[in-house]
Amino acid sequence: MNKQLEVKNLTIAYDGKAVVADAGFELETGEIGCLLGPSGCGKTSLLRAIAGFEPAVSGEILLRGRCVTRPGTSLAPEYRNVGMVFQDFALYPHLTVSKNIGFGLRKLSRGESQRRVEELLRLVDMEDLGAKYPHQLSGGQQQRVALVRAMAPQPDILLLDEPFSGLDVELRSQLARELREILKRDQITAILVTHDQLEAFAMADRIGVMMEGRMLQWADGYSLYHRPANRFVADFIGRGAMLTGQVIDGPRIETALGILEANRTADLRPGETVELLLRPSDLVHDDNSPFQLEVLDRVFQGAEYLYTLRLNEETQVLCLVQSHHNHAIGERIGVKLDVGRLVTFRN
Amino acid sequence: MISGTSVWRGGVVLIASLLAMPVIVILGFLLVPAGEVWHHLVSTVLPDYVKNSLLLMLGVSIGVLILGVGSAWLTSMCRFPGSRLFEWSLLLPMAMPAYIIAYTYTGLFDFAGPAQSLLREWTGWSYGDYWFPEIRSLEGAAVMLSLVLFPYVYLLSRAAFLGQSLCVLDVSRTLGNGPWRTFFTVALPLARPAIVAGLSLALMETLADYGTVQYFGVATFTTGIFRTWFGLDSTAAAAQLSAVLLLFVFVLVVLERSSRRSARYHHTSQRHQVLRRYPLAGWRGAGAALFCFGILFFGFLLPAGQLLIWAVTTADERLDAQFLSLVWHSLELAGIASLLALALALFLGYGRRLHGNWAVQLAVRIAGMGYAVPGTVIAVGVMIPFAAFDNGLDAWMRSQFGLSTGLLLSGTLAALLFAYLVRFLAVSLQTVEAGLAKIRPSMDEVSRSMGTGGAETVRRVHVPMLKGSLVTALLLVFVDVLKELPATLILRPFNFNTLAVRAYELASDERLADASLASLTIVAVGIVPVILLSRSIGRSRHEQAT
Amino acid sequence: MRIGHLPLGLLLIVSLCLPPLGSAAEEEVNVYSARKENLIKPLLDRFTEETGIQVNLVTGKADALLKRLQSEGKNSPADLLITTDAGRLHRAKASGVTQATRLPGDDERMAGMFRDPEGHWYGLSLRARPILYVRDKVAPAELSTYEALADPQWKKRICIRSSDNIYNQSLVASMIAADGSEKVEAWAKGFVGNFARPPRGGDRDQIKAAAAGVCDIAIANTYYFAAMIDSKDQAQRAAAAKLRVFWPDQAGRGTHVNISGAAVTHSARNRDNAIRLIMFLLNDESQQWYADINGEYPVRPDIPVNPTLEGWGNFRMDTLNLDRLGELNPDAVRLMDRAGWK
Repeated sequence: MNKQLEVKNLTIAYDGKAVVADAGFELETGEIGCLLGPSGCGKTSLLRAIAGFEPAVSGEILLRGRCVTRPGTSLAPEYRNVGMVFQDFALYPHLTVSKNIGFGLRKLSRGESQRRVEELLRLVDMEDLGAKYPHQLSGGQQQRVALVRAMAPQPDILLLDEPFSGLDVELRSQLARELREILKRDQITAILVTHDQLEAFAMADRIGVMMEGRMLQWADGYSLYHRPANRFVADFIGRGAMLTGQVIDGPRIETALGILEANRTADLRPGETVELLLRPSDLVHDDNSPFQLEVLDRVFQGAEYLYTLRLNEETQVLCLVQSHHNHAIGERIGVKLDVGRLVTFRN
Repeated sequence: MISGTSVWRGGVVLIASLLAMPVIVILGFLLVPAGEVWHHLVSTVLPDYVKNSLLLMLGVSIGVLILGVGSAWLTSMCRFPGSRLFEWSLLLPMAMPAYIIAYTYTGLFDFAGPAQSLLREWTGWSYGDYWFPEIRSLEGAAVMLSLVLFPYVYLLSRAAFLGQSLCVLDVSRTLGNGPWRTFFTVALPLARPAIVAGLSLALMETLADYGTVQYFGVATFTTGIFRTWFGLDSTAAAAQLSAVLLLFVFVLVVLERSSRRSARYHHTSQRHQVLRRYPLAGWRGAGAALFCFGILFFGFLLPAGQLLIWAVTTADERLDAQFLSLVWHSLELAGIASLLALALALFLGYGRRLHGNWAVQLAVRIAGMGYAVPGTVIAVGVMIPFAAFDNGLDAWMRSQFGLSTGLLLSGTLAALLFAYLVRFLAVSLQTVEAGLAKIRPSMDEVSRSMGTGGAETVRRVHVPMLKGSLVTALLLVFVDVLKELPATLILRPFNFNTLAVRAYELASDERLADASLASLTIVAVGIVPVILLSRSIGRSRHEQAT
Repeated sequence: MRIGHLPLGLLLIVSLCLPPLGSAAEEEVNVYSARKENLIKPLLDRFTEETGIQVNLVTGKADALLKRLQSEGKNSPADLLITTDAGRLHRAKASGVTQATRLPGDDERMAGMFRDPEGHWYGLSLRARPILYVRDKVAPAELSTYEALADPQWKKRICIRSSDNIYNQSLVASMIAADGSEKVEAWAKGFVGNFARPPRGGDRDQIKAAAAGVCDIAIANTYYFAAMIDSKDQAQRAAAAKLRVFWPDQAGRGTHVNISGAAVTHSARNRDNAIRLIMFLLNDESQQWYADINGEYPVRPDIPVNPTLEGWGNFRMDTLNLDRLGELNPDAVRLMDRAGWK
């Protein structure tokens, strides 16, 4: 049984410097994956390697069980049957929308390719725009054309390089949902590259967090948020604060917010200093709580206020509270923990 | 194993080296002790050459700046009667080679010409009673060159002004600066790199000019080189003069390149905005229209009109078989040169795109610098090695095989075409590279991801997208070759005259009216790229509005 | 791909550049001429008509042609060099690009001063460089020699063309031969000081300027003046009508003259055809053409001059061997530079 995509211990390097180091992950057919990370983390290079534009120094890439990249050899992109959507869409300015979409359909007969183009135009609600030229379309429309153009030859895998970065912010979340719907409907396997977590959460089944060439964790969004594998992932995904504590025994840790439970037992030694991850939603407002913390800053977010609270000299914590609890800076607000086990990191 | 890549790279480096040869030959002469002739030059005429060249450059700078920046601002930022027309018609003086406008104005305004004669008739004055600007002087040459070269500054300034964010200018207004102050304190400094780049180009052309300064009796480097090489019969001293001239040119090239680079950072607006133009009403509008019309009139309408009159009435030269063969030769030569230049430009451009490494980058840059080298210098730098090669080869062949190969290169079209390529490849290269830049690498990659290989991608994507650039490149080189004078004078082969040479010969033989037919033909052909450029100007205006 | 087209294209271009081979069967002669095309082509066409020999012509400035001959060396395709000045002929001989020839059946058709004693070059037509004066402003009695023109009485009254021009260089060379460098340099400084304006334009421009009142004296070649007198253009005729010819230095060495001439190149492959061409240019018809149409003095004394020239009367000419003009040319140029003659 073949996975659609397998990347094993892949290393890509330029001029002796590794841009992707020992990365590995898998995608099943119909899954949508995402490579997430700050600029320079290697996510685009990894994507391009899957497409066949970059060679590997070590490791392998397999598409549908067939090895397409290995140190020393790399199957050319034109033979891989991958579809790619670029950040700048790369639409051919001299061809109409229909001709653009039909570009990769040379092998089909005229009638067949016409039908496929129409089908794809319908898919993205652009039936009567077939005769237009790219410069006559809006940004969102151009992105859709780029997408269905890549989909037209029915590729084994679709690769999207920051597909939303050229678009207005309001459009992005809506388009992300639409895109996911389209891909899921046709069970298309895809990998998306982005630096925006919200896009990643909206679109992908599995997300790989990358930093400095390494893949830190490959999991779904929930797991990344609530069960980050290491500090870097915890820092990158979502917001939060680190709380220092001392291990009493087993999962019990003593902290400035009282005795809390860690999410691991096995390797905790009593007396050890550890750090606990505190998400803003882990703290709730409670007027009766013994912990009355001073408000250092607050950001109005519509339904909630995000308060930055001073726990003690060294530590600040974040707290998300419904916005009708309006506390000014300098006031105190009572908070308590509303979580079972906390993610714990050893130093 | 020799790969396709290294063959291509090798080819690029080879071509660049060949094209750089004339300049290297000239610079090589710096190592030859010049001796006596050089000393004579230094003590007598060299200071004049330097002084005149500097004064000429100063005069032309003032001229093109006023004409170019002023008209660019008016047509891009303001609205006044005729502004749409002037937008493109202000380019027409580019169709006039400088030496032709020089002859024409001499015929018009010289002491014995119609303008002054009429004046004397009306007023009864005679020589010495009145002052009339002397056309055939350094000042006159500066005016002529300004009229013909200001479009460089015009085009680049216009692009800069149009690229400026409207907000930047509006902010200046809210801070209390009126439109004039805004122009001088905000718009002008922002556009400065582009203006300086245009100015450098105009000054390079000024230094390269031979026909105008020779006709007006202004002693500059180009006339000095001709004189020293031929008259004083010292190749070494002439080459040394050329080297000094190259120094001036080098300064300008550095200036132009660094300005172009910083011009990129001066582009302040990312989005296209609707261009609101300040309407100029009443006397302001009339003044603007008059200014632009004046430029158009003196830069094109008046000289073209005089040429037309001469051609029709007094010229002895009729449209006969001889003239037609002249036209044919010129067109043929220009056609071959432009095709060669295009082929080379494509080879170099693709070489840089596909297989670029530091050597290729450097080679392409060197190959693209020929536009700065004056035609005179190139001709000198071509003749010497070609003749040496031919004679050397012949001597070797004679000694080895008893065969005489004779002259293979010198005195043939090959030498002349080579000189044209050295000078004009830059034009072709720049156009082709600009066209290639629009084909982003992502387009190539998308193509490949869809299963379309390299050759098919070129056919289906590159060729249609490059079509416009290719035609433009051909046309620009075509017209430049047609107008070229000094190199053609020196290098042309047997039975081969061009329109430019004919016009020059007749004019310098004081048969101005007879030179008009050839001159008109050159101007007529020169209008075609102006029309091309004007269309792209119209398009840029349209884009701004969307 | 694209590369496939490259060799084909190269072949095409190379084939265009090679000198045509087919015409080798035809008789031809290759001429490098410093005379403007329209001044020599009619004669050359007549030559082809009469003899069937094809004439291939390259025109250009004499110096450029000379330079080209020198670079091309033994392989130069040129058979004949025609120039407008004796000095250049001498330079050609001195630089070794000419060869000695004998004209067949050569009687002393022309005076010895009009040909190279060793037979490297032959004069074809003669011109003088007199002083032209404005009729109403100058009396002939005031004029005498070239040297006298440096006198202060002529301040701001003289028009002459640039020192770049070969005719002026030869004039000064002839003066150096007669008076020596020092004297001539002193003369030149004074002469330059008498210019009405910095030199510009050609000989005709000086005549026009004098006619228009800019100056009272113009120095120009006789055939330019003749061309203006007989011109179709009314304005030129009117201008020329205001001036008269004065033959300088009739009491001394005589008026400076110069020739246009031809030399057979040392690399000439069509040597015999070149000699035939020279003979042709020296025959009655051609010499008459020079006289009638070009307004020049024929080198052959037995050919009559045209009426305009006749009207100027006979004059004594400077019998300096014209070879000297070439010898002294570099000195003349430097002297003029030092005197500030632009």
